[in-house]
Amino acid sequence: MATDITRLGVKATWKDLTEGMVIAGAGTSKEFNTGEWSTDKPVFIEEKCKQCLLCTPVCPDSCIPVKDGKRGGFDYGHCKGCGICVKSCPFGAITMEGV
Amino acid sequence: MAKRDRLSGNEAIAIALRQINPDVFPAFPITPSTEIPQYFASFVANGQVDTEFIPVESEHSSMSAAIGASAAGARSLTATSSCGLAYMWEELYIAASNRLPLALALVNRALSGPININCDHSDSMGARDAGWIQIYAENNQEAYDNMVQAYRISEHKDVRLPIMICQDGFITSHAVENMELLEDGEVRSFVGEYEPENYLLNPECPMAVGPYSITDYYMEAKRNQAEGMKHVEKVVLEVAKEFEEISGREYGLFEAYRMEDAEYAVVMIGSAAGTTKDAVDALRKQGQKAGLLKIRLYRPFPAEAVAEALKGVKALAVMDRAEGYTNHGGPLGADVLSALYRARAKALAVNYIYGLGGRDVRVEDMEGVFATLKQIAEDGDTGETYRYLGIRE
Amino acid sequence: MSYNFKETMSKTERLAPGHRMCAGCGGTIAVRNVLRGLHEGDKAVIGNATGCLEVSTFTYPYTAWEDSYIHNAFENAGATLSGVEGAYRVLKRKGKLDETFKFITFGGDGGTYDIGFQSLSGAMERNTDMVYVCYDNGAYMNTGIQRSSATPMYADTTTTPVGSESNGKPQNRKDLAAIIAAHDIPYAAQTTFIGNFKDLHVKSEKAIYTPGAAFLNIMAPCPRGWRYNTPDIMEICRLGVETCYWPLFEVVEGRWILNYEPKKKLPIEDFLRPQGRFKHLFKKGNEYLIEEFQKEADRRWEELKFRCSRG
Repeated sequence: MATDITRLGVKATWKDLTEGMVIAGAGTSKEFNTGEWSTDKPVFIEEKCKQCLLCTPVCPDSCIPVKDGKRGGFDYGHCKGCGICVKSCPFGAITMEGV
Repeated sequence: MAKRDRLSGNEAIAIALRQINPDVFPAFPITPSTEIPQYFASFVANGQVDTEFIPVESEHSSMSAAIGASAAGARSLTATSSCGLAYMWEELYIAASNRLPLALALVNRALSGPININCDHSDSMGARDAGWIQIYAENNQEAYDNMVQAYRISEHKDVRLPIMICQDGFITSHAVENMELLEDGEVRSFVGEYEPENYLLNPECPMAVGPYSITDYYMEAKRNQAEGMKHVEKVVLEVAKEFEEISGREYGLFEAYRMEDAEYAVVMIGSAAGTTKDAVDALRKQGQKAGLLKIRLYRPFPAEAVAEALKGVKALAVMDRAEGYTNHGGPLGADVLSALYRARAKALAVNYIYGLGGRDVRVEDMEGVFATLKQIAEDGDTGETYRYLGIRE
Repeated sequence: MSYNFKETMSKTERLAPGHRMCAGCGGTIAVRNVLRGLHEGDKAVIGNATGCLEVSTFTYPYTAWEDSYIHNAFENAGATLSGVEGAYRVLKRKGKLDETFKFITFGGDGGTYDIGFQSLSGAMERNTDMVYVCYDNGAYMNTGIQRSSATPMYADTTTTPVGSESNGKPQNRKDLAAIIAAHDIPYAAQTTFIGNFKDLHVKSEKAIYTPGAAFLNIMAPCPRGWRYNTPDIMEICRLGVETCYWPLFEVVEGRWILNYEPKKKLPIEDFLRPQGRFKHLFKKGNEYLIEEFQKEADRRWEELKFRCSRG
């Protein structure tokens, strides 16, 4: 059974912690907001996008969701604003100040 | 139905392991434990076990692989001695903090340097704070019996900690003794199937193990780990009771040999206890009230029970087969004396370092220790408490 | 193996966001794209040597991994996965497990080239059915950019600092892909991030599904350690390949195959110039250092071409 990590905040007592500090389940980091690390954010200009998807493999933070061969909007809850995707787009469909 | 046999300690451990039929056994040779994986490899080669035997390139890797296998959901173990254990040191802590119930068949040998292949306890004593359960044997029979009981203790849901089954290098591991073995089926049903709760290969639910823990969690994690250790004494006694039912052999946290009315006692670990029993018997014949407390469970240390067993004693000698370089004694000495202090005991106590690097311990040596204790009791003064036995001055 | 880029990008993401790697990290770009080599439905156990990736992707209680994951220590990722794979074999043999699991371990160059080298060598020699992936960023980045045996010659690191008597790291980098290939494992390859990631994807899939031991060495630039403009990572990788500093090749059952040969090999300074760690090479009077770097890059490239020409 997957661990309920909502009970494992930094105020958790020693009795609350999981045995052996294991986490049963997966992908719990989604609950951790890294989007606030940077105020610079890429902007997706959908009309310019040709859905070539070259921006998707270059994201270090898995912040460009793809469904059925088409990308959606950025996951701003986690995007750290590195700007790699801006440079990868051949069509100018992603902009960002300073990149 | 027990069968009698004549076996060395290493053979006895290997046979126990064949009967247990563990899942994964990574190993790297080191004297004097080498024979254990050797015997076991022949069981694998002849299809007598289902085990995945992994002949790795170092002891660090044998413990690392055992940890990986255990986290994956397999019953795993390795065997080693001396520097091999020292090389695993970091991994010992990780196995314990991950709460992995894997086993280590340890054949005690002196640590380098100088390099020496013979028995002392400096290897396992160095690992005494690693979070492992440590159980020691006096002879081949005990080594075998302890190995059969090991997984029942370490896998217990209230414990889930790694376990070190220790025997003395060469003295126990290579000497052939008469002993009784259980039937294969008896061992298998006693040990049972391993059924972990969370494991890497669980197809129903993935698991992540080995996190980075920030300061907010680290201390709570250690306290949580200590809770497993708190249950060990109770579980050791429960398992020993069940074991007695199938074997007729009785085990506890320690063996109190002729301690009922003892005034002078020796506290020690391992094979030299056999020698000491001879000394006790000889002194008892002379009407002297000598006794022996042989520690079986050293980690966790059964402090209250030890203090209780020593409560009538006037003078005692704690025998350490390892140096501690504290300038006042060895690790067992520290544990026993702190147990007595907490129990407000009045006994006079000295701490001997003995048997390092295979130095022989004779019955006369132990008789000499008892004579010293008698003198101390009469004088009401211990003199120097940090002593060496059998050293050329 | 054919490569359908859109299909590959549409696969389930196996590295969740919310990990704490730096903005623009090459390490997680490598991980995400290696994991896309897994077939949908197949399960995996991921191993990880201590390093940036480990402390950032499993910070209690947050795991970024969508598969089972084990971090043990710095120097033993190879041995640890050997144990996991051994457990898999025996549980399968005993009929306790029906599902297919694959075994992939990640280590930085510190955990792979250096402290974990013995453990890796052992796991490869035993032909453990696993893939060991080195995300090579050419220094111990987690502890603050100290030199490793993967650090290129003349790089300015915190343990090979440039000074009046120092031009950075005096030694050449270890050729780990060749060393691992010399273990006679079924599959070893070197790659990096190029175009639509075809090279990396195809090699990952081959490595994962080749029975026995496989090794991938992936150049994964670190913006902090290399000191280039963070958004330019793909350009840095392209220059690494076009200058033949980081050739793309694979060794399949002992046969060396060159996967890409630039039509016009670019001079090494094109790769070095955008990186702050090589800034001192471009000072007046240091031209000879660039020449030496070029000479060494050429020697290695010719050696590789020779190996590949023998097939």
